[in-house]
Amino acid sequence: MLLPFLWMFSTSVKPAGEVFKSVDSPLKALVPGDVQWRNYGKVYGATQGMGGGFARWYLNSVLVAVVVTLGQLMTSACAAYAFSRLQFPGRDKLFLGYLGTMMIPGAVTMIPNFILMRKITDWLTVAAPFVNWDAPRVIYLFGHTYDVGRLVGLDSYFALIVPVMFSAYGTFMLRQFFMSIPRDLEEAATIDGCGLFRIFTTIILPLSKPALATLGIFTFLGNWQSFYWPLIMLTQDSMKTLPLGLLSFMGLYSTQWTLLMAGSMMMILPMIVVFVIGQKWFISGIQMGALKG
Amino acid sequence: MARTKRGRTALAGYLFLLPNLLGFLAFTLIPVVVSLGLSFFEWDLFSPPKFVGFHNFSTLVHDHDFWRYAFNTVFLMLTIPVNILGSLFLAMVMNQKLRGIVVFRTMYFLPTIVMGVGTYLLWRWIYNPDYGLINAIITHWLPRWLNDGISRFGVEWPPQWLSSVTWAKPALMFMTFWTVVGGYNMILFLAALQGVSPELYEAADIDGANRWQKFWAITWPLVSPTTFFVFTMSLIGGLQGGFDQAYVMTHGGPAGATTTISYYIYNHAFAWNHMGYAAAMAWVLFTAVFAATMLNWRFGGRVVHY
Repeated sequence: MLLPFLWMFSTSVKPAGEVFKSVDSPLKALVPGDVQWRNYGKVYGATQGMGGGFARWYLNSVLVAVVVTLGQLMTSACAAYAFSRLQFPGRDKLFLGYLGTMMIPGAVTMIPNFILMRKITDWLTVAAPFVNWDAPRVIYLFGHTYDVGRLVGLDSYFALIVPVMFSAYGTFMLRQFFMSIPRDLEEAATIDGCGLFRIFTTIILPLSKPALATLGIFTFLGNWQSFYWPLIMLTQDSMKTLPLGLLSFMGLYSTQWTLLMAGSMMMILPMIVVFVIGQKWFISGIQMGALKG
Repeated sequence: MARTKRGRTALAGYLFLLPNLLGFLAFTLIPVVVSLGLSFFEWDLFSPPKFVGFHNFSTLVHDHDFWRYAFNTVFLMLTIPVNILGSLFLAMVMNQKLRGIVVFRTMYFLPTIVMGVGTYLLWRWIYNPDYGLINAIITHWLPRWLNDGISRFGVEWPPQWLSSVTWAKPALMFMTFWTVVGGYNMILFLAALQGVSPELYEAADIDGANRWQKFWAITWPLVSPTTFFVFTMSLIGGLQGGFDQAYVMTHGGPAGATTTISYYIYNHAFAWNHMGYAAAMAWVLFTAVFAATMLNWRFGGRVVHY
């Protein structure tokens, strides 16, 4: 089970020529003859010309994953509260609609969403010609210039973040959890004159920390690996997230396996850390999502 | 009074729902409808869309590539039963109260967590015909008579893996097995096993049942709802799967051997700008997923014990 990872790590610290030497036993291939941590620095240096390289891709990935996670938690929790506690006409039909869409393949919605992002700058230019919607923006920080992409549309943070900020699955999971919270506390709070929003923020949310943590970890890790959507949204190297950056790196250094494996290690290490820290919630979250559904 | 209170609750309900609902409408519901509409048009994003009625669907029926890639998709899904049985087996091993089990659980779950471009790259390297780990193991650790014997049958050996029409699919399937066997399914099986009361096994022990009999008479029926659930989910996932690995590892090759429907849709939509045809294909895929799920509920429901 761990053998592939071992192979990944040992390749990532080998001198460049060593991986192409023939060996008389696979064991010898698994143990690097000479450990070169330098490879990791090389990855960083070799990609720097690619729109900022690994450092920038890290930053993009962290930014996108964190904002998407927070956004999903907020929108899902609010919606889940409405679905589990508040009576309003059409509620159950809407909820069924949410459930129904969970089975729809990504490809179905991806095509119109791509068209939207592809065309939105044209449409906005017609609607509000006083803003230059098509121009990629830059910001100046500490004497350096950084690309930050368009405001909306292809090659924008907007495209990477906003369309994925809403989750039917998250809403469903949190609703199931909220349903399991006893109502006594809320009734007492209502008698004390608490409004619905206060009840939500002071009772429901604090009691749901485990569920929120689980959903948060799921969303974060899922986003860190997200590939299809960023792939069709991005062309500029400087806007890329790690998976895409790694892919362009692979395109340029296709046979430099030591560097490629070092890059892969750098990509998966944060996930391993997040997983090991959060694994207790993770496991219970998987069981919660499935069993109560 | 009661009326206004109910009215206020309803208003609050809509307000709480609003942000999510807007996103849901904008990026899920409307796109679903739009893509259905799009499937009746021909559109390359530049010239104006042209209404073609059912033309895209009839083209699809006669598109040999589509059927070939549909076959590939189903072929890659043949691992599903193996993956599920593997997960069940692992869960049964984990269910014994051994020390350090959490460490093993974490270890087996790791591939599921990190699956993505990083691990696809890793497996490309593992499957490298000349310097990869797998062929090193095959040439050095398998006995000579076995290696010679296999190649005498006319099988390509040691395999060229990802660049071989014969071996590319099995290579991806083995990678999938490694990725998912200790993942979500195993955790769900573990939970199911922990719900089985130990008295059942004790009673069976008294009756002198052996391990195999206990498995078929107690474990298998009692975890069947979980088996059913994970099978359904794997089916849904499998039909839409194969894009990321094909894109990163094989570009759908060699000679289309690892192109799945989702990769074909990607090519039509985003490489060749055939928006209408891709939308039609996406809807056919959706129908297939829906049908598979319904069939599964209809017939699978009979063998499940709740």
